[in-house]
Amino acid sequence: MRLVVEGLVCERSGRPVFEGLSFAASAGTAIVLLGPNGAGKSSLLAILAGLLEAPAGIMRLEGGDPDASLGEQAHYLGHRDAVKPALSPRETLDIWRALLGAPLAMPAAALDRLGLGHAADLPCAYLSAGQRRRLALARLLVSHRPLWLLDEPTAALDHASQRVFAGLVAEHLAAGGIAVAATHIPLGIDGAVELRLGTPA
Amino acid sequence: MTGALAALLRRELRLAIRIGGGGTMGLVFFLMLVTVVPFAIGPDLNLLSRIGPAILWIAAALSTLLGLDRLFQADAEDGSLDLLRSGVLPLELVVLVKGLAHWLTTGLPLAIAAPFFGLLLALSPESLGAVSLTLLAGTPALTFIGAIGAALTASLRRGGLVLSILVLPLMVPVLIFGVSAAGAASGGTVPFLTPFLVLVALSLFAIVSGCLGAAAALRSDQG
Repeated sequence: MRLVVEGLVCERSGRPVFEGLSFAASAGTAIVLLGPNGAGKSSLLAILAGLLEAPAGIMRLEGGDPDASLGEQAHYLGHRDAVKPALSPRETLDIWRALLGAPLAMPAAALDRLGLGHAADLPCAYLSAGQRRRLALARLLVSHRPLWLLDEPTAALDHASQRVFAGLVAEHLAAGGIAVAATHIPLGIDGAVELRLGTPA
Repeated sequence: MTGALAALLRRELRLAIRIGGGGTMGLVFFLMLVTVVPFAIGPDLNLLSRIGPAILWIAAALSTLLGLDRLFQADAEDGSLDLLRSGVLPLELVVLVKGLAHWLTTGLPLAIAAPFFGLLLALSPESLGAVSLTLLAGTPALTFIGAIGAALTASLRRGGLVLSILVLPLMVPVLIFGVSAAGAASGGTVPFLTPFLVLVALSLFAIVSGCLGAAAALRSDQG
């Protein structure tokens, strides 16, 4: 499996953010996107997830499902956690497990892994910012998708959770997955390839 | 696929029940509108029973609008929509399920409550049944016409007002045929079935075009 991006162009409201971006990542590789604020890290992830349209460029997952779009084969972990205050973590994961397809881990196991087992049936309204982030990370475990698109995944996480996160990514890579993460903080992923995006437009 | 559909429907109903706001508030709003009108018009029972179906229908249209602005906005704000777009369900089906949940918690209770509220407007027994039946057949059209507006205004912070302005004119045909069918039941030259079948057709058309239109609007959102 190989993620290939060629000559990708990103525009936000008519102004170019980056142009002619090309890179590739084979199975088991993590790419860490670096660059100043406004360099287009989040936009690149949104384009890969199919949420933003790129005016030009090619992106594909070689060896993936030819019938599915890139976004349908990717977990997208954005700035927003997609957590409903009225639902409990267990219900949240149950729903995403059904809606994202290719079910993998059971919600209870995923919550235990992220250290949220004790809060499984509490309404998410009572969770802290870091706990919500951990719930969003648990979502990556309940459904199998080969490509992980992570936008500042460790924001609001404590040190212990950051180590757990690094472990999750390492397992995903070892299983032949690909991860693309935007960050300002070292993520602790071994052998990650750095991709530096240019100056802000 | 059916599992995903059921999971989404359960989620929507659960959220509607736990957060409130949607169904029960719509019903209370409906009751308020229906009780306020007789105060404004005066205690003329003949007049009230003549315009009663129209009052119930206008109240139903406004109550439906009440919860529509949050139909997609809540999911757009917290990022759930980004995930739904990459899920196993096509966006058209997501809209269908969310619309169905909205109708089950708003339109259906209105149709069931309409006969009781109709008593306040001195409606005849056959009118009570007719209004309830037309609401049952017509409120899906209101929901799914509104869904297009809700999708277009999903990323606007004060979208509720824009939504009403966009959507209310499109609800006029539903209102016309709904009221005329309800009126035809209590006498008149037009048989009940003629406007009623048009109303059913409007609902079916709105469900299809609403799903396609709202999904297209959600996809084009480059927020």
